Amino acid sequence: MRRVTWERVTSVLLLTPSVLAIAVFVYGFIGFTGFTSLTKWNELLPDFTFVGLRNYQSIFANLRFQYDLRNTVLFTVLFLIGCLVIGLLLAFLLDQRIRAEGFFRGIFLFPMAISFIVTGVAWRWLLNPGSAEMGSSGINLLFDKVGLGFLKWGWFTDPTIWYITPESGAGQFLKEIGLGGLTTSSIGISLAMTSVVLAATWQMSGYTMAMYLAGLRAIPDELREAARVDGASEWQVLRHIMLPMLQPITLSAVIILGHTSLKIYDLVVAMTGTGPGFATDVPAYFMWDITFLGNRFAQGAAVAMVLLILVAVLIIPYLAYSIRTEAEV
Amino acid sequence: MTTRGKELQPGLLPRFTLWRALIYIVLIAFAVFYLMPVYVLIITGLKSFAEVNLYRMWDLPKGFYLDSFAKAWLGSQAEGFRGLSGNFFNSVKLTVPATILSAMLGSINGYVLAKWKFRGSNVIFPLLLFGMFIPYQSILIPLVVVLGKIPWFGGSLYGTIPGLILAHVVYGIPITTLIFRNYYAGIPTELVEASRIDGANIFSIYRHILFPLSMPGFVVVMIWQFTSIWNDFLFAVTVIGDPQVQPITVGLNNLAGSYIVQWNVQMAGALVAALPTLAVYIFLGRYFMRGMLAGSLKG
Repeated sequence: MRRVTWERVTSVLLLTPSVLAIAVFVYGFIGFTGFTSLTKWNELLPDFTFVGLRNYQSIFANLRFQYDLRNTVLFTVLFLIGCLVIGLLLAFLLDQRIRAEGFFRGIFLFPMAISFIVTGVAWRWLLNPGSAEMGSSGINLLFDKVGLGFLKWGWFTDPTIWYITPESGAGQFLKEIGLGGLTTSSIGISLAMTSVVLAATWQMSGYTMAMYLAGLRAIPDELREAARVDGASEWQVLRHIMLPMLQPITLSAVIILGHTSLKIYDLVVAMTGTGPGFATDVPAYFMWDITFLGNRFAQGAAVAMVLLILVAVLIIPYLAYSIRTEAEV
Repeated sequence: MTTRGKELQPGLLPRFTLWRALIYIVLIAFAVFYLMPVYVLIITGLKSFAEVNLYRMWDLPKGFYLDSFAKAWLGSQAEGFRGLSGNFFNSVKLTVPATILSAMLGSINGYVLAKWKFRGSNVIFPLLLFGMFIPYQSILIPLVVVLGKIPWFGGSLYGTIPGLILAHVVYGIPITTLIFRNYYAGIPTELVEASRIDGANIFSIYRHILFPLSMPGFVVVMIWQFTSIWNDFLFAVTVIGDPQVQPITVGLNNLAGSYIVQWNVQMAGALVAALPTLAVYIFLGRYFMRGMLAGSLKG
């Protein structure tokens, strides 16, 4: 036990403003939002009458919020796969002693420096499908030019949702085994959402590439050499030596990308808006709309708490794990 | 391709084979994909108004016209929309002080957490870090309420740039503290111990030993904060409603969401909004990378 000196007191005092700020602005505010979500404050003037979980019931009963959750799941899955696969591929290729490696790296990474609003504006025009009367525009026009016209489609303007209809064979079967609740457009795949995934992957895959590349560079050369001397093929070296050693990086990337995708807002605002029939709507968008345009503060707070819980489920174990492994070193 | 080194020496480059040709083809294809939006932004911004046609989007401009940029920057009274120049300077007034304040706070916190650990400091650290992952939706409502209650020159902080600065500085604490803590952890503690024996105290150690070694840390943190604050949309659109005060991301979104603004003006506006952070990236890319990797905790 060390002595209490004025310096030890000072060190604590130096940290105090930040600790207080976080205590109030993060934990206090979350508490306030949680409390608000249990009240009747669904008009402009605050009304803190306690109503229990009624706001949660109404948002989960709201079709728009159901669509938002559907879209978020699809977005998260595709965005994660896209970024991880492209990131790993590019990192692996760049690690093959490439000429102008820095040049390629710079190009793959620069979208990270740009705001989601700029990305959204650019991709909105790139994926603008054009119209039947005027002809194709954007990427569709490019498809036409290179003879890939059959790939043209409506991008984020396409309202199609793939889901199991109650009338279909699969729908009938689900109904028979008591899972008829699954045959709804609230559980399905919104095709328009893939356009948002494309733009988001464009922006963030370079980040995954940088993480994997740093990981690959940290693997000692001797390890690979030893495996090669033992007669392992390039593929076996990748599969049995590199990939296992990159696992912690994959975990970090999944956490970072996962929480980004749950919070995604700006990109959707700038690129597509809520889309046809809320085909590209997301919870963060819904929260902002009902809170600051609709003045339904308690319901907005409930959406925010759902988002927070989803993120916390992802982040808290990761933080605990990171701090623990760091302490061991 | 079986040999490998950290430094590329021309003489040691692997032989050119079909496999390597394939690698380059894939890399170039991806480079084209990443550059495509920039290509369209630039060629569209440079076209004259007569040339602009959504259905000839990929054609090169016939000359070098800056009309779109001028219109995006100055706006057009005849057509009734505002340019981005005001928003651009609002962003400067927001980003510069917020970045400097953030970096100073982070440096002090990082110093204490790395070199003056006390009982409970390893509980405080993860509690601080959690703040950088929360969805900000979960603090927006109280943020608006509280900013509305803090008096500021006859009004309140709500709707003002200083209010937005406060938000960015507070929510920047976790990441700036993390980067500085990791940075200072790399500076030998023996250096601190030795100067304590020589009679230095907590302040003089910081001033004479840690701070002079801090420049790379400051560069990384300031680039990170500059980029995220300049690019922020959520706080800006929530805290500031007055178009005269809004930062550039909100201005650009209004410009792009307006049906009276031609799309080449929107593209030029997007390029203007992206320019400062792109410039930082191009000139200080190495530090930008470090900040980004620090964001994944493992930096």
